Amino acid sequence: MENTIEVKNLCFTYEGYGDVPDVEALHDVSFTVEKGSFTAILGHNGSGKSTLASVLCMLSEPASGEVYINGKLMTGEDVTDEDVFDARRRVGMVFQNPDNQIVASVVEEDVAFGCENLGLPPAEIRRRVDDALECVGMRKYARHSPHKLSGGQKQRVAIAGVIAMKRDCIIFDESTAMLDPMGRREVMETIEYLNKVEGVTVILITHYMEEAARADRVIVMNGGRVLTTGTPGEVFSEPELLWDADLDVPQTTELLYRMKKAGLDVRLDIFDFEECAAEIARAVKKRQSEVK
Amino acid sequence: MAEIKLCDVNYIYNKGTPYEAHALKNINLTIGEGITGIIGHTGSGKSTMVQLFNGLAKPSSGSVLLDGRDIWEKSERVREARFRAGLVMQYPEYQLFANTVYEDIAFGPRNMGLSEDEVNKRVIDAARFAKVPEGVMNRSPFDLSGGQKRRVALAGVIAMRPEFLILDEPAAGLDPGGRRSILGGIKEFGKASGTSVIVVSHSMEDMASYCDRIIVMASGKIIMDGTPAQVFSRYNELIGVGLDVPQITRVASALAEHGLDIGRDVYTVGYAAGKLSELFDK
Amino acid sequence: MKMDIAFGQYCEGNSILHRLDPRAKLIISIIYIVVLFLAKNVFTFALLTLTTMALVILSGISLRVIAGGLKPILFIALFTAIINIFFFTGDTLLVDLKIVKIYLEGLFNAGLIVLRIVLLIVSTSMFLTYTTTPLALTDGMERLLSPLAKIGVPVHDFSMMMTIALRFIPTLIEETGKIMNAQKARGADFTSGGLIKRARAIIPIIIPLFVSAFRRAGDLATAMECRCYTGGAGRTRMNVLHAKWYDFAFVLAVTALGAAVVLMNIYLPGYTVTM
Repeated sequence: MENTIEVKNLCFTYEGYGDVPDVEALHDVSFTVEKGSFTAILGHNGSGKSTLASVLCMLSEPASGEVYINGKLMTGEDVTDEDVFDARRRVGMVFQNPDNQIVASVVEEDVAFGCENLGLPPAEIRRRVDDALECVGMRKYARHSPHKLSGGQKQRVAIAGVIAMKRDCIIFDESTAMLDPMGRREVMETIEYLNKVEGVTVILITHYMEEAARADRVIVMNGGRVLTTGTPGEVFSEPELLWDADLDVPQTTELLYRMKKAGLDVRLDIFDFEECAAEIARAVKKRQSEVK
Repeated sequence: MAEIKLCDVNYIYNKGTPYEAHALKNINLTIGEGITGIIGHTGSGKSTMVQLFNGLAKPSSGSVLLDGRDIWEKSERVREARFRAGLVMQYPEYQLFANTVYEDIAFGPRNMGLSEDEVNKRVIDAARFAKVPEGVMNRSPFDLSGGQKRRVALAGVIAMRPEFLILDEPAAGLDPGGRRSILGGIKEFGKASGTSVIVVSHSMEDMASYCDRIIVMASGKIIMDGTPAQVFSRYNELIGVGLDVPQITRVASALAEHGLDIGRDVYTVGYAAGKLSELFDK
Repeated sequence: MKMDIAFGQYCEGNSILHRLDPRAKLIISIIYIVVLFLAKNVFTFALLTLTTMALVILSGISLRVIAGGLKPILFIALFTAIINIFFFTGDTLLVDLKIVKIYLEGLFNAGLIVLRIVLLIVSTSMFLTYTTTPLALTDGMERLLSPLAKIGVPVHDFSMMMTIALRFIPTLIEETGKIMNAQKARGADFTSGGLIKRARAIIPIIIPLFVSAFRRAGDLATAMECRCYTGGAGRTRMNVLHAKWYDFAFVLAVTALGAAVVLMNIYLPGYTVTM
């Protein structure tokens, strides 16, 4: 399987000043992201997950370690500005604050911004902008002012701006953190559509468990290190580990975990509430029949 | 015990313009002690309602009574209402401005015209309640982490010793640890100081575990008002107006279909687990 | 909140004036302003009033909107009128109040000057504010001035600054409202006290606003970098401006209007306006 992103032994330190000591934000972080996959990076605020994102987008340079994007080494001294520009054409980023990443005062002009920077011909930009807006369901807002949109709509405009550049990988840096439940739902649906239908590689940085549960793979960060990785089922089967890292597990997992502790034989890797109920019902019935 | 009362309150934005919007419709409500949660969508009128409580917004019609007296009766009364009903806005860390954390927390008490001794006492108390570390009191608020900044902003309102502490999405953007710590801290503060707390939030899970009373708003009206158990047992109605219910409430409802009835009023995992254990231990 | 100003006052529409190339509109506006100042006598004013009315009809913008747009200049117009009425000396004395004398010519002059101000505002807003989005204006400006880039004038950078300013002004206005409310909730008082007290009261608003503007600027710069922005070089645009026949026709028509006004000034000497 082809890897879109490969990270090896990444370390990153924020240098202190005055009486503020150095902070080691990343320590020996290694992982790979397969092409077309949906990876969630989970961690509490200050766990190093946003530093990781800024390194992946070549906004910060790591102290040591290597980052490969589509097999090309992007860290070290030999990396030229063209290499960075080239990598940015492939890996896009959607940030946390929907207001601070929209450049133009008309939606479609903003979506066009990235394509314009790539120097594409006008007709091509027009086509891509229309497609991108269609893809995120914002076509009818093309001539609107972004200021009047809801948070979720603004984030979808930002996503359209990234997909219009035809990137094969998008990193979402806590893009849902500032949204209301409706906005979060809109953005998550868009992300899943991009991943499942359009085949875009997605890296979702979040502290919402329900969102991470929808990924193919979860990487849990804590104290600048990778705490654990695996499928959501594997990761959430160890609630104590996550609680210790100041994180939560979905309520379904918590209930199953408590039932298991109470002696019920249940699986822990279930996030759907109906499946969860079915699993508990099954186990309870099994137990009741055993008792009889 | 202090009491806020809204009588026949209507609030209309941009009255007389093409953008006119009826944000609150005939609201009648009394809020007293304990932790009251207000939930609803963006645009349901909940943020407008919060601004009515402390006189930041003036009702288009109807009256806002604080301990039975209309806060709009005289202009001094409004300012007094702001001190008695302290409002912590959404993302309050963006309102910090002073050179030091101490000065920022002292802004409210100083505006009240208190003596320096009293201000000092209140600042220190408030910082303790809001869990602002002592070591940062003389640092610039802009050097702190996001979570710490929010605590400082919270302390700035607590320092006014309001009888009502009103919080608009106090946990927005925080991670689970941060949410637990800030919401837990607010609950603790309410209990210890006898302050009534009003929390506005989107998070059903949070509201379920911290509130004594929940008010549900939709399109400018109050559609439900009761204990968490009463509100969440009306599961289908909540979903009907596009709100979520805690995941655990959905599980309980699904369990009932499987013949394991643990009641309709389940809204915390602990409660559900306890009920279930009783069931299968029989 | 009543903070949402009608920024730029653009009115949605699809009239010929809306469809004109922003570059053409900028050029036409400049010519039209010059022509208005060339107008000297009552005939030329009549002609320009007619053409301006034609513009209003063409634009399809309601008279109420236009009247609303004139409100802010009401005071200036009145002030100029009064000065003219009281201090203009002519031949036909109308009223003699000992200290001030009012002449017929003064009244007439005042009327024409107010008319000129009104026509100036109406015509430029017909071409620019009401029918052109601020973004299109910025765009037109950048392209009109683009030859200057060759001699080192940072035309693209200025236009990018304008674009970003247009984008963020409403956001910052909204933010100011929020911060004001937050400080009011802590008992801040912005309305009472002397000048110094009021100036001090602004500090708790200005500082958070600045901090936030800088944070936004930093975030935006990062976001732009991630979207491959490297400055003006090598950049293309989605909307390319194509001058159409009617753009040229309009420029020509307004130039012709200018010529007509000059000729009328010479050959039809009537009551002449001074100032």
